[in-house]
Amino acid sequence: MFVIGELINGMYQEVARALERRDATFIGQLARRQAVAGADALDINCGPLSRDPAADMRWLVEAVQKEVSLPLSLDSTKQAVIEAGLAVCQNKVLINSTTADEGKLSAYLELAKKKDADLIAVTLDKKGVPQDKERRLELAARIVEAAATRDFPVERLFLDPVLMPVNVAQDQLFVILEVIKDLKLLAPEARTVVGLSNISQGARDRRWINRAFLLMAQGAGLDAAILDPLDAELMKTMVAGDLVLNKNIYCDAYFDAYLKTRR
Amino acid sequence: MADGLRHLEKWSLDVHVVRLGAQKDDGGTRASVLEVGGQKTLPFLFEEGVLPHRPLIAAEVYDVPDPDGPPALTQKLKPVIKDPVAWAKESLKEADLVCLKLQGIHPEEGKTDKKAAVTLTKKILKAVGVPVIVLGCGDTQADNEVLPAVSEATKGERLLFGDVVQENYKTIAAACTADGHNIVAESPIDVNIAKQLNILLTDLGMPADRIVINPTIGALGYGMEYAYSIMERARTAALSGDNMLAMPFICFVGQEAWKTKEAKASAGEVPEWGDAAERGIMWEVVTALSMLQAGADILTMVHPTAIRIVRRAIDELMKK
Repeated sequence: MFVIGELINGMYQEVARALERRDATFIGQLARRQAVAGADALDINCGPLSRDPAADMRWLVEAVQKEVSLPLSLDSTKQAVIEAGLAVCQNKVLINSTTADEGKLSAYLELAKKKDADLIAVTLDKKGVPQDKERRLELAARIVEAAATRDFPVERLFLDPVLMPVNVAQDQLFVILEVIKDLKLLAPEARTVVGLSNISQGARDRRWINRAFLLMAQGAGLDAAILDPLDAELMKTMVAGDLVLNKNIYCDAYFDAYLKTRR
Repeated sequence: MADGLRHLEKWSLDVHVVRLGAQKDDGGTRASVLEVGGQKTLPFLFEEGVLPHRPLIAAEVYDVPDPDGPPALTQKLKPVIKDPVAWAKESLKEADLVCLKLQGIHPEEGKTDKKAAVTLTKKILKAVGVPVIVLGCGDTQADNEVLPAVSEATKGERLLFGDVVQENYKTIAAACTADGHNIVAESPIDVNIAKQLNILLTDLGMPADRIVINPTIGALGYGMEYAYSIMERARTAALSGDNMLAMPFICFVGQEAWKTKEAKASAGEVPEWGDAAERGIMWEVVTALSMLQAGADILTMVHPTAIRIVRRAIDELMKK
């Protein structure tokens, strides 16, 4: 599982405060702690309240890459903000994210090609989040086709089937597991990714829900997840899940081995 | 493979390159150094990826002759078998490097003490310009006492010492780490233990690119296929990204092949098996060739004729 650490996000109060005070030490430490905990990449999002998101993105990227050399996932709905991050990012980079809308999709594919970036594409468009499997797969097919047409390597594409909160669209969760399986048939070279914490947004005892879904999605073939790597039980569950799926060779220190193999 | 491979795998990790021997600039006295590992694909799939280093053959040289050694072997080695230094020199007519087995330090043998082991290793190092592998006898106490002393006396030569096992690795590994040597990590035909031992060794400070895995092999007819599966599984995991299994393999072919009844029995005992010398050689050759296909990076072998045959086979296999 490719783990994208989610904690550098202005949605969290401490991060918002650090952003406001330009506290690079706090951000650097948060980056480092996620890396040590097993993150393979770090998501960077300046949050909904940022007054100057382009400047905030730039500053966050610089503060993080001073501390870690992991790939950075530049997370914004605004292209200008992503471009601000890309302009200063020296680490490997993922663009998070484009939708399946034609204009945005082609612009982002070109941008990713130009900047040598991986691209996360969510299976939604202007009509909103699909409520069934077929529509999600249709949008995924559109994304993969657009990538192929524009000579963007499909293996650099992450397809995100959009996780909905359990207390909003409980019936969708099983559908998403099915979609993850089918995406592997539709585009075996593309990777699948979910923003795990979405599933428990507004719910009680969130971590249990995250852990349960991650494990089931892993079984369905999920390749990557944006999650909280500091949730040690989540990480350990995931590593044990890889053993069950025979993706990692067991040894007595299997969790340490997983972390060691990352570095 | 006239039609070529139909499916080329994209692997994500190379096998670690282990360097054997150190020259003067590097703190050693070797005239030449050797490297193993570095593969980006499974054995000899040149069409799929690079295999930068050819597998090596290390000649097994024993400090004391085996009184029960098969005549087909002892007869051939007769001129040198009682003189390990001469044996080492002679073996290099066919082999790439020397593998000195200190069998005599075993308490049941009691023929080589710590001082003698150090002296013998230093003499061999002086007599040959190639890197040397130094193996203990497998007795915990004797190995823990002798190998660190040999390690210290040859500090900086970047030799390969072995074996360490999960139940006994700290003393020898600490010495080899400090003295700049490589180490052989032995696991009992068990990929889980192989990985665990590598983790323990790296936790102790031994760099991953100074570890060679001894997966424990059996000769042809004696569990060779189990070793083959374990090696294949470890190597595919390594190429898929498992850093803690991405070490080159060493396979002790000679000692295993010549232990078998088929290699030892005389033509008089089993006439239908044919000439004993030829049989033993072929047993060693077939075991060695199979281990090459499983991914062996270093073969230890003993019969000069067997070494010559396998060496030629490696020449052929390495042709792209």
